[in-house]
Amino acid sequence: MKYMLLIHQGTTPTPGTDAWEELSQEEQGKVYAAYKELNETPGFTPGERMQGPETATTVRVRDGETLTTDGPFAELKEAIGGYGFLEADDLDAALAVAARIPAASMGGAVEVRPIAG
Amino acid sequence: MTLEQVFRDEWGRVLATLIGLLGDFELAEEAAQEAFAVAAERWPEDGMPSNPRSWLITTARNRAIDRARRNRTLAEKTSLLEVPEAAEDDVEAGTFADERLELLFTCCHPALSTEAQVALTLRTLGGLTTPQIAGAFLVPEATMAQRLVRAKKKIRAAGIPFRVPPDHLLPERLGAVLAVVYLIFNEGYGGDAQLSEEGLRVGRALAELMPDEPEAHGLLALMLLHDARRASRFSGEELVLLADQDSSAWDGAKIIEGRAALDRGLALRGRGPYVLQAAIASLHASEPRDWPQIAALYGELARATGSPVVELSRAVAVAEAEGPEAGLAIADALELGDYRYLHATRGELLRRLGRTEEARVALTRAFELADDDAERRLLERKLTEVR
Repeated sequence: MKYMLLIHQGTTPTPGTDAWEELSQEEQGKVYAAYKELNETPGFTPGERMQGPETATTVRVRDGETLTTDGPFAELKEAIGGYGFLEADDLDAALAVAARIPAASMGGAVEVRPIAG
Repeated sequence: MTLEQVFRDEWGRVLATLIGLLGDFELAEEAAQEAFAVAAERWPEDGMPSNPRSWLITTARNRAIDRARRNRTLAEKTSLLEVPEAAEDDVEAGTFADERLELLFTCCHPALSTEAQVALTLRTLGGLTTPQIAGAFLVPEATMAQRLVRAKKKIRAAGIPFRVPPDHLLPERLGAVLAVVYLIFNEGYGGDAQLSEEGLRVGRALAELMPDEPEAHGLLALMLLHDARRASRFSGEELVLLADQDSSAWDGAKIIEGRAALDRGLALRGRGPYVLQAAIASLHASEPRDWPQIAALYGELARATGSPVVELSRAVAVAEAEGPEAGLAIADALELGDYRYLHATRGELLRRLGRTEEARVALTRAFELADDDAERRLLERKLTEVR
């Protein structure tokens, strides 16, 4: 089975933000280590890195008119901050990998979606 | 045994094996339905086969294979097309694995909503029809049908595994299974007795399939001990409190069966919430009641669960063991706000202490919060005692 892991980073600290600087060196090291381990997990393909949700622009078209708004579609604290793909035997295996993504334990969440086809 | 009984007893077992064989819920259900229909037609004339279960599984499997051969997309979903076809009449007993436990854990997977877990468990292991489940939960049949279809679709699309979880996931997943079974039973305890029967049926299967799991025995014991008192909970339309129940109306056989299950749970050194609740229920079914022991077990249960509702039950037991004052002190310390039983309990304890005015206030509050006519009438009777 192939899954997409949608990382709802929300306001979880990421490198480059003030909140990140407030983390201790040890905490930062843990996040880096978790991502390193994740990227080395067999079957996992990391997505490309995204800039923060505050840089997002959302577009809607209503009755032919384009409406452009500042910010992500979801609320800032629920916004997507990253993604990845995973080949796994079943949902339990995919959930176990998703649980190791730092955002999942730092106030954010990871959505596990099966890929169609 | 009537045909209907055989069908009821075999449905879950047959369906579980077919899902294991075919690797698809929908396909397995259709095939099982077909096989049961063929049996209903043939058995009354030809007589029941020597091994009805194997006959049903083999027939269903062969029909599924037939259909898969005719339908390519279906074929791709199934995993057994290489398996040679077996003749329907010469099947050895015990050829097919019992996969009800796999089925139960799959139906109660946390990736499904509780509502879906309950409906799916009733449909697959309980063998209730969709209209029956819809009726029991008072939702339109179409809503229930859609809930079941969605759940089965998600199992396939999301890759929910058909298996008993590995050890590191087992405690959490078993908790969900026990909760679903107990929920089914309780849903029936207040109303539809059919649901209680289904809760017991699945609970018995679980205890049989997980003989080393104390909480499985604990849950079965708890359900049996409660169910044994079902008939005495009402006198006509009126609710009867445990203390006033006619113990001769209790179902002695169920109490014995329940206590045997409890003993197994205790022998396995079970001390989990279901074993503790069953132990309390067992003490409640003995006369005279051992209130100090009941209070101690509620204390242990309250510590294990952190539940203020359990603490309220302890207050009642302490009131019996040590007097209303001691019980009231516990009840007064609870933050349960609008929980009607808190006010009913306080009212009763205050009445015993002769604090009539306060008792009236508490019972009136409980009366306002009650959502059930029988309960309201019971509180009305209590209220006349403090007037």
